[in-house]
Amino acid sequence: MQLVLEKRAERSNVIALISPLIAIGLTIVTMSILFAILGKNPILALGVYFIDPLTDSYSLQEIAVKATPLVMIAIGLSLCYLANVWNIGAEGQFLIGAVAGSWLAVKTQGTDAGHWVLPAMLLLGAAAGALYALIPAICKVRFGASEILTSLMLVYVADLFLDYLVRGPWRDPAGFNFPTTAEFDPVATVPVLIQGGRLHLGAVIALLVVAAATVLLGRTIKGFEIRVVGAAPRAARFGGFNSDQLILLTFAISGALAGLAGIIEVAGPVGHLQPGISPGYGFTAIIVAFLGRLNPIGILIAGLFLALTFIGGEQAQIAMKIPLDVTKVFQGILLFYVLACDSLILYRFRLVFPTRKVSSGTA
Amino acid sequence: MRKILIAATAVMLAAGASLFSASAADKLKVGFIYLGPIGDLGWTYQHELARQALVKEFGDKIETTYLENVSEGPDSERSIEQLVRAGNKLIFTTSFGYMEPTLKVAKKYPDVHFEHATGYKRDKNMSTYSGRFYEGRYIQGIIAAKMSKSGVLGYIGSFPIPEVISGINATILGAQTINPNIKVKIIWANSWFDPGKEADAAKALLDQGADVIMQHTDSPAAMQIASERGKLAFGQDSEMIKFGPKAQLTSIEDNWAPYYIDRVKAQLDGTWKSEDTWGGLKSKLVVMAPYTNMPDDVKKLAMDTEAAIVDGKLFPFKCPVLGQDGKEIECKGGDHLADGQVLGMNFYVKGIDDTIPGK
Amino acid sequence: MGLLEAIILSVLAASTPLLIAATGELVTERSGVLNLGVEGMMIVGAACGFGGTWLTGSTIIGALCGIGAGVLLSLVFAMMTLGLAVNQVATGLALTILGIGLSGLIGAGFVGERITPAPHLYIPGLTDIPLVGRILFGEDGFIYLSLALVVAVWLFLYRTRAGLVLRAAGDNHVSAHALGYPVLRIRMFAVMFGGGCAGLAGAYLPLAYTPFFIPGMTAGRGWIALALVVFSSWRPGRLVIGAYLFGAVTILQLHAQGLGLGIPSQFMSALPYLATVIVLVLISRARTGGSTAPAALGTVFVPDR
Repeated sequence: MQLVLEKRAERSNVIALISPLIAIGLTIVTMSILFAILGKNPILALGVYFIDPLTDSYSLQEIAVKATPLVMIAIGLSLCYLANVWNIGAEGQFLIGAVAGSWLAVKTQGTDAGHWVLPAMLLLGAAAGALYALIPAICKVRFGASEILTSLMLVYVADLFLDYLVRGPWRDPAGFNFPTTAEFDPVATVPVLIQGGRLHLGAVIALLVVAAATVLLGRTIKGFEIRVVGAAPRAARFGGFNSDQLILLTFAISGALAGLAGIIEVAGPVGHLQPGISPGYGFTAIIVAFLGRLNPIGILIAGLFLALTFIGGEQAQIAMKIPLDVTKVFQGILLFYVLACDSLILYRFRLVFPTRKVSSGTA
Repeated sequence: MRKILIAATAVMLAAGASLFSASAADKLKVGFIYLGPIGDLGWTYQHELARQALVKEFGDKIETTYLENVSEGPDSERSIEQLVRAGNKLIFTTSFGYMEPTLKVAKKYPDVHFEHATGYKRDKNMSTYSGRFYEGRYIQGIIAAKMSKSGVLGYIGSFPIPEVISGINATILGAQTINPNIKVKIIWANSWFDPGKEADAAKALLDQGADVIMQHTDSPAAMQIASERGKLAFGQDSEMIKFGPKAQLTSIEDNWAPYYIDRVKAQLDGTWKSEDTWGGLKSKLVVMAPYTNMPDDVKKLAMDTEAAIVDGKLFPFKCPVLGQDGKEIECKGGDHLADGQVLGMNFYVKGIDDTIPGK
Repeated sequence: MGLLEAIILSVLAASTPLLIAATGELVTERSGVLNLGVEGMMIVGAACGFGGTWLTGSTIIGALCGIGAGVLLSLVFAMMTLGLAVNQVATGLALTILGIGLSGLIGAGFVGERITPAPHLYIPGLTDIPLVGRILFGEDGFIYLSLALVVAVWLFLYRTRAGLVLRAAGDNHVSAHALGYPVLRIRMFAVMFGGGCAGLAGAYLPLAYTPFFIPGMTAGRGWIALALVVFSSWRPGRLVIGAYLFGAVTILQLHAQGLGLGIPSQFMSALPYLATVIVLVLISRARTGGSTAPAALGTVFVPDR
């Protein structure tokens, strides 16, 4: 007697609806066990992680601030993943976008530049991110090189390039040789929406991106092409969709979004360029994309949820001395459960009883 | 169902709130932001030791909280602010990269006091503090020159910032008083903490002929390699002697405890003021680990040098200081380089055959 | 000891974890499964390996702990991707994140402790031969093991029936299944082997390279191992060359600094990654119609009944 996985005749809509809930439920159970093993009160810990950050305006703003780059990058990634190409280099595109936009900020520093500076910086960031993402895309389309590995390797290159710039040519001259540029001028800073908090214009841009992606995927031909190329490549070929062009397009868009997120982050919450401006946003965004099931609204929710766990995790470190690694474990486990539950949408289990084996001709 | 949910939420909120308010009005809450893990045996470990000293000294009067592994990017501002919101009134941010975030939060909360390590921006409620590690480096240079048979020192640097550059220069100046032709090879790990890289760098330095290793990075890897190969090394930050019982000559220990105790006392007394503290051997902010694995005469020389620095009779950067081109550096501090010159040092002294990266 | 000999020894040591992890992943990928979780398995292997040796004083037990940890984590991956037909890329990434978090929790108690590093071989007479003595006869067990592992994998893949079947599963799982081979079971064992190797490679770091545990001590080596597999066109022989090349670039970059060559260190540090990209492009070009990956690599397989 065996438990066997087999493909369903058609998607199960019931499972599609409840699978995220099952996944979250399973995660909470697993995390409670983990908290108990660590000697912490599970109820209290879960409260600090998930409820407390929702109870005051500061934390809510911080959740939005943290979620902004995640959502932006994840939307871009979802386009690639829907087309079945794997952009793993969003982190590098984020950094390159930050560098490109910062170039303008550093160039116009101290001059009485007008308000065109910030929009120009954002455009530069997006353009640079797009170009950087096109490198692995072109390598794949022209040479067949694995985009997973090329995009990943370029992350390290981007990180080292940023390091070189802030330690050398772009160092703040008044900064005692420390590796950071001078603080950006006000015209080069992303404006804050509410005084006293850190919620900034980037959040609005992120929401616009979500809306744009919804329209793109749901209502345009290109969006349709992207989805078909990923789900049914042969049908796409018959339909005359140019998969090479779509690969380049999705990589370019996702690179642009990652680059945009990068410059917004640097010109907003950080305010200057320094090494280590990203705590792994490019990689966390991959989780967000999958948690959101590659759907723009889903990604928005997933991004906010994941940001909540980051903020909650920091508060848990203060309030209950729970190590920050627990947040990573939580995110990994959540993703596992979501992926596992989602597989039940397309597949199901069946008990199979042994039948008499027919001996095959080959020994 | 909804009522149960609301009730449950209320219970959790109350529990969470009670967690915060339990430690209410009486105790002074002191917070710490750490760059690395407390077990790094290096930079963060020393701050953690000082925090534990605080707990020991003040007992029930204070309550300390720390956040470790806080990256220096946008998250740090939030972490600092969260400490403030959790009721901490005196907060130590222990790395240069926290400078701008600390400043931003300080501006927001004028009644909270901040202590920023190794930075240079201050405010009415934000102090800075650091150690004159270069004094220890000078002594190490003397010891190294005495103990080196090959006349080549190996230096593992982290980043080419003034603190590290002044350390290298002080080492060479000290070494040159014993051996004017001393040579140094410098490798940059581009990280404060990367055991694999530090180990590889130590091997490369030893392979290229250095026989005394010094480091401005935070892991015991280099000490371990030196020990394996029967060579000598200086530890960093805390006593790495257990990784090299026969290899460690001494170590520069950051002794933050007296400073932290002073500041907490001032906070408790209400006399806290924003200051800039740059203490060295004299104020015991910098402490040399016991001198080991060296003959008695070298030990005596080291201790004498230490005493001379403490008494103000000896300055590592005594003028004239010659730059790499042999020309004298302008002397702005009377008979030794001024503090500002050391804080912003971005040149090598004569005798170092290398270029500072990024110049 | 001459400079050349010393450099070769350093390169050997630096390349070994890459070689071991990449060999395991090569087998996994040859069977048709892409496991991106190598970094996560390696770092858990490092934590458990260190723990094992610290508790018992024995390097071998530590190595076994590392292997065991890697195998366990890879089983989770296998259950998801083979049992539940979940997307392999996403699962691998989740595994990496989970592994990094787990290793931090497991290893938290070990930070600051030290162990005795793995013993080096010493054969009187042989080890003292100048230039090659220490390289051939004076290294620690892991280095010899890594080379033996590569040879064993090569023999298995190309000289045994089981290896042929494994390669078939990776190239065309539908046909393999039609011929009656248990594709899923083959892949599961391949994934477990990959996990064990990753765990062993991770354990090598605290057991032999730097004898203490630091969170995050793998520093991205798992990702480089993944790149190595592609770099080597999925051939064990080329894997050795690739691993030593990578190790060499890492070590030589440091030596260049020590010698005072004025190249920016960040550029030197970036070389291995740039080199991988260039090589990936070159080898993909060389083949007509793309790379020589196992044709079924990364695709989901659900046997029909």
